[in-house]
Amino acid sequence: MIEYIWLVPFFPLLGVFINGVLGIRFPKRFIGLVGCSAILLSFLVSCLIFLELIQSPPAAPFEVTLYQWIPCGDLKVNIGFLVDALSLVMMLTVSGVSFVIHVYSIGYMHDDPGYRRYFTYLNLFVFFMLTLVTANSFLLMFIGWEGVGLCSYLLIGFWYKNKAPADAGKKAFIVNRIGDYGFLLAMMLIFVVFGTLDFLPVFENAPHIFRGGELTIILITLLLFLGACGKSAQIPLYVWLPDAMEGPTPVSALIHAATMVTAGVYMVARCNVLYSLAPLSMGVVAVIGALTAIFTASIAIVNNDIKRVLAYSTISQLGYMFLACGVGAFAAGIFHLMTHAFFKGLLFLCAGSVMHALSGELDMRKMGSLKAHLPITYWTFLIGCLAIAGIFPFAGFFSKDEILWNAFQSNIFLWVVGAIAAFMTAFYMFRAVFMTFHGESRVEPEVAKHVHESPPVMTNPLVALAILSTIGGLVGIPIVKGWNRFHDFLSPVLGGHEAHLAEKSMAGVAYATEVAPHSVEIMHHSVGLELLMMVVSLVIGIVGIITAYYLYLKCPELPERIAQRFKQLYHLLYNKYFVDEIYFAYVVTPVNIISTFFWKFFDDKVVDGALVNGSAWVVKRVSGSLKRLQTGYVQHYALSILLGVLFVLYLILKR
Amino acid sequence: MVPISHYLVLSVILFFIGVFGVFIRRNAIVIFMCIELMLNSANLAFIAFARYLDSMDGQIFVFFVMTVAAAEAAVGLGIIIALYRNRETINVDDINLMKW
Repeated sequence: MIEYIWLVPFFPLLGVFINGVLGIRFPKRFIGLVGCSAILLSFLVSCLIFLELIQSPPAAPFEVTLYQWIPCGDLKVNIGFLVDALSLVMMLTVSGVSFVIHVYSIGYMHDDPGYRRYFTYLNLFVFFMLTLVTANSFLLMFIGWEGVGLCSYLLIGFWYKNKAPADAGKKAFIVNRIGDYGFLLAMMLIFVVFGTLDFLPVFENAPHIFRGGELTIILITLLLFLGACGKSAQIPLYVWLPDAMEGPTPVSALIHAATMVTAGVYMVARCNVLYSLAPLSMGVVAVIGALTAIFTASIAIVNNDIKRVLAYSTISQLGYMFLACGVGAFAAGIFHLMTHAFFKGLLFLCAGSVMHALSGELDMRKMGSLKAHLPITYWTFLIGCLAIAGIFPFAGFFSKDEILWNAFQSNIFLWVVGAIAAFMTAFYMFRAVFMTFHGESRVEPEVAKHVHESPPVMTNPLVALAILSTIGGLVGIPIVKGWNRFHDFLSPVLGGHEAHLAEKSMAGVAYATEVAPHSVEIMHHSVGLELLMMVVSLVIGIVGIITAYYLYLKCPELPERIAQRFKQLYHLLYNKYFVDEIYFAYVVTPVNIISTFFWKFFDDKVVDGALVNGSAWVVKRVSGSLKRLQTGYVQHYALSILLGVLFVLYLILKR
Repeated sequence: MVPISHYLVLSVILFFIGVFGVFIRRNAIVIFMCIELMLNSANLAFIAFARYLDSMDGQIFVFFVMTVAAAEAAVGLGIIIALYRNRETINVDDINLMKW
């Protein structure tokens, strides 16, 4: 079955072809069927490959080459796929979650005139995403990388007739360009150093070429990380993700929460060999991840838009994943990626269900007491929140705990930041629960008449994802040897060398503490400590929930008073630290001014004026005077021939 | 025996009569005749040299030139007739369409 890996991205492409090219007259029911079954087939193929790989694990990663794509001198790029544990986990997560969200979309987008366009784009996205995760070279990965960026743009601006979605789409695309630029430079540098872009030779040769810590490898990894920052919305390039919520909600769930934004984490994990050779870059990844986690979590605390809260929460969770990668716990990062795909997809779909019930209302101040009206949505949303808050035994508990534990081992400060962010996460998620589903109803009377639970085609996906969010973490139970199947499965790709990686990574960070050198030692005698840390993170989550309960259910007037008390802080948070305004003033405006200068002066005056029109003017004038020589009288021409002959004769005879 | 210089001088005189005729005259047929005159002045020079050098080469050239001149006369007269049919004139001052 492994040889048929190419079927995995092929089926969605087929779906794009059928719906996009042939589907003009198809009935809606058939379009939805094609879109969903394409993804389902991909998922089934991935499952078959997974079963085969589990039964007889191959010694080496499996590569399937379809054909040579670019043979050009030293550069040889194949259309090829790499099957190993990491790409399989990604394939299963992407195709599985995508399938559920496709089914949900049938119900959610049912009355939209752009139904066919929507499913075509969505299938195209899945095609590119699966290409990204199965590619066997940096270039092919980059194709998928750019492709998902394109689909993201198309789907954010899906309702392009309104200004806000169109602007949000452009913003996402442009901000991603900055990151892609880093990826592109890193790719060129890799080619210069290694002479190839294929993953396996690069990762094989890297430890021989570099001893570790050279400038080149640091540059490569930092540039790659810049790409990851763009795609995975990390500081300083996270600003596009909250605005991306202008798109349809299933799109937010699929692209801007579950799959595409995790591409950066996947890429960093894929390049773990390179990162482990660049301790400084590891430090940068960890610090950026931790900062992003706490920074955006603090914004989510005061936001009132249910989708934006989820968006900031997504950025924050992505920060956790990078924190895990940065401290060398790549498997923990991928684990959190997977569980996050389940529960964040679920949360967004629930938000979509709430919007569906409330005629598109997003403001949590105009919700409340929806529990009775939307029972399935309520319970699934609650499960998602428990999972993201890290409550035992939901999926998020295991993955988040593993990250915090690894962070604790490498650097206590990173752990503190992560733990505060975890508290905030539990707080703002349950703030959302209480504001939306509990308390007094603040729904506008006109809307309140129509409140209804969503149809089964939308609630069944919620239940499916809720089940995954509940049990998804059980594949990675820590402490007991052999129970952390997820880790064992990934260890051929991500290596069992995490312990010394964690140590190395911190050597690069300026504020490395005394903890770091001993981390290996701790690792071996730490079962008791690890259990303690699990309890601590559980307590942190519960405290967050209780705080939210106290503030938003017991004393609903208290948050207002707190906001009054810390007016400036509240103002700062409410306006998202003014990051958008700062970017606008210091980046967008100067670029606009420079562009206007080049347009008005350089393009209009120099290029169009002097070069294009100027050269035409000169030619016209010169030829205008020279054309008088051509009289049309043959005798004049003959005379000039004669004069010419006489002149030549004179020159010859003069000597 | 007439010396060769006499022949050559005659040839040059004929040639330049032809040249000035081409430049000065306005009637296309006259211009055409002047071109024939130039060709024949060249023929005269060929013959004179052939005789002087006691070689047959010049005479062979003359035959070539005469053949070409005959062909040229046929084509040229055809052009002039076509021109006259179209524009009802063979005055070259009126035939200056081939310009800017």
